[in-house]
Amino acid sequence: MKEGYELIYKRPGTLTDRRMSYCPGCFHSTIHKFMMEIVEEMDIQDKTVGVCPVGCSVFAYHYLDIDMQEAAHGRAAAVATGIKRVLPDRIVFSYQGDGDLAAIGTAETLHACNRGENFTFIFINNGIYGMTGGQMAPTTLDGQITSTCPYGRDVDTAGMPLKMAEIISTFEKVAYVERVSCNTPANARKAKRAIKKAFEYQMEGLGTTFIEVASNCPSNWKLTPEESLKWLEEKVFPYYPLDVFRDVKKLKKEE
Amino acid sequence: MAQKGYVEIAIEVCKGCNLCVIHCPTECLALNTSDTNSYGLHYSTLAKPEDCIGCANCAVMCPDAAITVYREKKEKRPNPRKGGNSG
Repeated sequence: MKEGYELIYKRPGTLTDRRMSYCPGCFHSTIHKFMMEIVEEMDIQDKTVGVCPVGCSVFAYHYLDIDMQEAAHGRAAAVATGIKRVLPDRIVFSYQGDGDLAAIGTAETLHACNRGENFTFIFINNGIYGMTGGQMAPTTLDGQITSTCPYGRDVDTAGMPLKMAEIISTFEKVAYVERVSCNTPANARKAKRAIKKAFEYQMEGLGTTFIEVASNCPSNWKLTPEESLKWLEEKVFPYYPLDVFRDVKKLKKEE
Repeated sequence: MAQKGYVEIAIEVCKGCNLCVIHCPTECLALNTSDTNSYGLHYSTLAKPEDCIGCANCAVMCPDAAITVYREKKEKRPNPRKGGNSG
């Protein structure tokens, strides 16, 4: 460090030195970084347990220097439920993509939220099955071209894209639901604050916390990282608006 | 006057996604298109060190946490209201 300068930001020590296998510009790694910054700031490295999904982030346990557990495809919510019930003093989160949480794991996710299980969902929604080559997911937008719908998603046969954050915000026992993104520095800082808030609500035992990240997938959207941010603003945010959908603390104040 | 800062970029960690370059408010970062790291990827560099203000926008946006940010320490100016003899 040069003399007269102070450190403003450095890579969190809770992130391992291993190079992340994600594509350049992918928000998976951005969210990994934010989660580990929060773990470092709150000094909860020994108390945090994460549950990995199946998908692009299947190797998340290589990069996050905390206790991790791999789950079967879509079953991360069920595994996290078990961990949190056995070890209630731990901070537990399930880290899932849209193919995992919104497709094969919908039942586990909805029932865990309906029971108000006291852990945090980090839901990365990029509207596509990223790892397997960009097939259509339940969250794929109307008209979006993927490898299994080369003429664009037809909502008459495939249905409308699932708005998981809105669906989950209707459950009584859910404490906090927010949709965030990382397309600008301001939104990225908001995303970090949202994840921190979710962890804090969990420590207070308020119920399920759910953070949806409107993510990009430059490789499978066939765009550069820069273009993928524009696509997010133009196509994704009008359908998946960034907002806080449920906050029990605010609801209690209003009563 | 704007504050001064500088960044250090871990070349082997950088994947050249360009997100730091497009979000730099003073446009002092640039992608090095004449060289690659050992993975064959162009990496980001501090092209205009004199323009860096140490705002850490690049570090917030960097997906791979490759950027370390430093900023000049603020000099503590004496508060004129609390000064005893100046009034």
